[in-house]
Amino acid sequence: MPTATCRCGETIVDDRWEKLDEIIEKHRAKQGALIPILHEAQELFGCLSEDVQLKVAHALGISPAEVYGVATFYSFFTLKPRGKHKIAVCLGTACYVRGASELVRALKEELGVEVNGTTKDGRFTLEVVRCLGACGLAPVMMIGDNVYGRVKPEKIPEILKEYQ
Amino acid sequence: MEFYRSHVLVCGGTPCVLEGCKAVRDALISEVRRAGLAGEVKVVETGCLGPCDMGPIVVVYPEGITYARVGVKDVPVIVEEHLLKGRAVDRLVLGTGAKEKGVVSYERPPYFELQQRIVLRNCGMIDPDSIDEYIARDGYRALAKCLTEMTPGEVIDAVKESGLLGRGGAAFPTGVKWSFTARATANQKYVVCNADEGEPGTFKDRLILEGDPHSIIEGMAIAGYAVGADKGFIYIRGEYVLSIERLERAIQKAREYGLLGEDILGSGFDFDIEVRKGAGAYVCGEETALIESMEGDRGEPRLKPPYPGTCGLWGKPTVVNNVETLANVPPIILNGPKWFRGFGTERCPGTKVFTLTGDVNNKGLIEVPMGITLRQVIYEIGGGIPGGRAFKIAQTGGTSGGCLPKELLDVPMDYFSLPEAGSALGSGALLIVDDSHCIVDIARCFMKFFKHESCGKCVPCREGTDRLYEIVDKVAQGNGRLEDLDLALELSRVMQVASLCGLGQAAPLSLMTILQYFGDEFREHIVGKTCPAGTCGF
Repeated sequence: MPTATCRCGETIVDDRWEKLDEIIEKHRAKQGALIPILHEAQELFGCLSEDVQLKVAHALGISPAEVYGVATFYSFFTLKPRGKHKIAVCLGTACYVRGASELVRALKEELGVEVNGTTKDGRFTLEVVRCLGACGLAPVMMIGDNVYGRVKPEKIPEILKEYQ
Repeated sequence: MEFYRSHVLVCGGTPCVLEGCKAVRDALISEVRRAGLAGEVKVVETGCLGPCDMGPIVVVYPEGITYARVGVKDVPVIVEEHLLKGRAVDRLVLGTGAKEKGVVSYERPPYFELQQRIVLRNCGMIDPDSIDEYIARDGYRALAKCLTEMTPGEVIDAVKESGLLGRGGAAFPTGVKWSFTARATANQKYVVCNADEGEPGTFKDRLILEGDPHSIIEGMAIAGYAVGADKGFIYIRGEYVLSIERLERAIQKAREYGLLGEDILGSGFDFDIEVRKGAGAYVCGEETALIESMEGDRGEPRLKPPYPGTCGLWGKPTVVNNVETLANVPPIILNGPKWFRGFGTERCPGTKVFTLTGDVNNKGLIEVPMGITLRQVIYEIGGGIPGGRAFKIAQTGGTSGGCLPKELLDVPMDYFSLPEAGSALGSGALLIVDDSHCIVDIARCFMKFFKHESCGKCVPCREGTDRLYEIVDKVAQGNGRLEDLDLALELSRVMQVASLCGLGQAAPLSLMTILQYFGDEFREHIVGKTCPAGTCGF
């Protein structure tokens, strides 16, 4: 079993690197394989650490700079580990006019973090995102894959409790 | 095939899912069974019906009664009163569906009155996971007609004659676009469906894909036949989880039915489709940036020409069409270009799907003929402004569109009239803002968006979006100067002509229209140091 230290902080003695090999093999023949590989690699590791990027670059025979360039271009990819639950508040215009900035303020206070920050216990990461495409229910936020519509700032503590 | 006396359709679009439609559907199924109606009444989960603000939505056919905000607790009443006794449940009926108390009527609520559904013909009508239901509503007949009765040239001519313009925002004639790719010689050509819907306030493509995935597959296959491509890609936002699931299932089903794959319907035409997920970059909605992203690179737009039609994905001729554009194709082929020209206006035939959001009573997805006025949409379909407030701005075309004041409410909404008024139809986002909001604050929100989403490749956009934000932010902080407004306008004009792609060219549009129509409010901030709406803190 290969071992490695992920720069996410954890010491890894597991089969994730083997799984990464499988992911790379699965997509390698495809044209434009890099983004689908990074999608799955991030799902596997939680973030795209330097080690993961290097590994992908070497396997595909492209420069690490190219991988880094792609990983930092798209908002979906992250180089740093996120909290267990990612909170994404939509700041699209429809949400903005329905009070999304109040929501961000309330979340910052409740969690004690700034935007893009992760709580000390590693439970939540707060992010603001562009339009989530659920504008009829503005303001909208997502926690993990769950979408919350017409969120009122005073409801925040109650919603967060579901994730304790 | 089984026949049912009634069909109960439960909207399963994302907004209704958030409102708990799954529990309502399950309750309906068990309550119908309990009442002994399982052989007579069929409960179907459909795609989006439109009034997203009033979900969960349930429609009972054949009466066509629409119930809004249905909770699990309402289910026994609907089954008992409506399905057993044939009396509509008045308190849940949307709009004026049942005027005479207790009598089931066939009248449609005003929300649907002005709508004409071509693109959304199946949304909310069929189970999106059922290819049979799609076929039963003439699905794949247009593809069969193309493959068996028409040459590729005739297909292109039909689309040209229909006058269909690209619905992603650029309004380029679809048939002409196809003809470029058809004429190009290459050993490989591609069809790409642009489903990277990122314009703030737009969610039409999401709901079309969720509600009627087969219409996109059919549209793409027809495009492939017309231009000579055997491979299609759907580039879709990674966040659209439900759309991706339904598309994957639909593609699989179409393959099983021999409607995708090799030798479709014995015609010798091969076509298959692959779904590629985007990774969150607004600029990838621009077709060359999208192509870069599909090739696995940073999604930065290319210099044009060459255009994708002749040199696109992996250097091959590529047709890139928006979801809504492709959904229009099968009905055009089936009913003919003349039929299509019967909708909308002379220059802009057909319909447009809009997403109505912001400070308006009925929010949601609507499809109306091109050329309808803003006033009709806001007041007749949207039900006006809530809370007794006054209308202030309508932003058409999403964040990259312009802002119109109440004096321009009667402008027809199409791809030519709105630009004449300084705005754009764009992708069909329609944001309504009431008088409680400060125009400077709204402008700042727009500019912040572009500052963040500019990809940084070209200078006018990279620097311009930053500077415009700076100027508006200064005004909002109470530190604005009058000469800055002239500077903003000058910079905006440079961005419009010198930016590499549509993002930078459209970025200043909202600010330009705001300065044109609401300049006084900016000047009050600068000279009077007051914010009339009381939003800016100084």
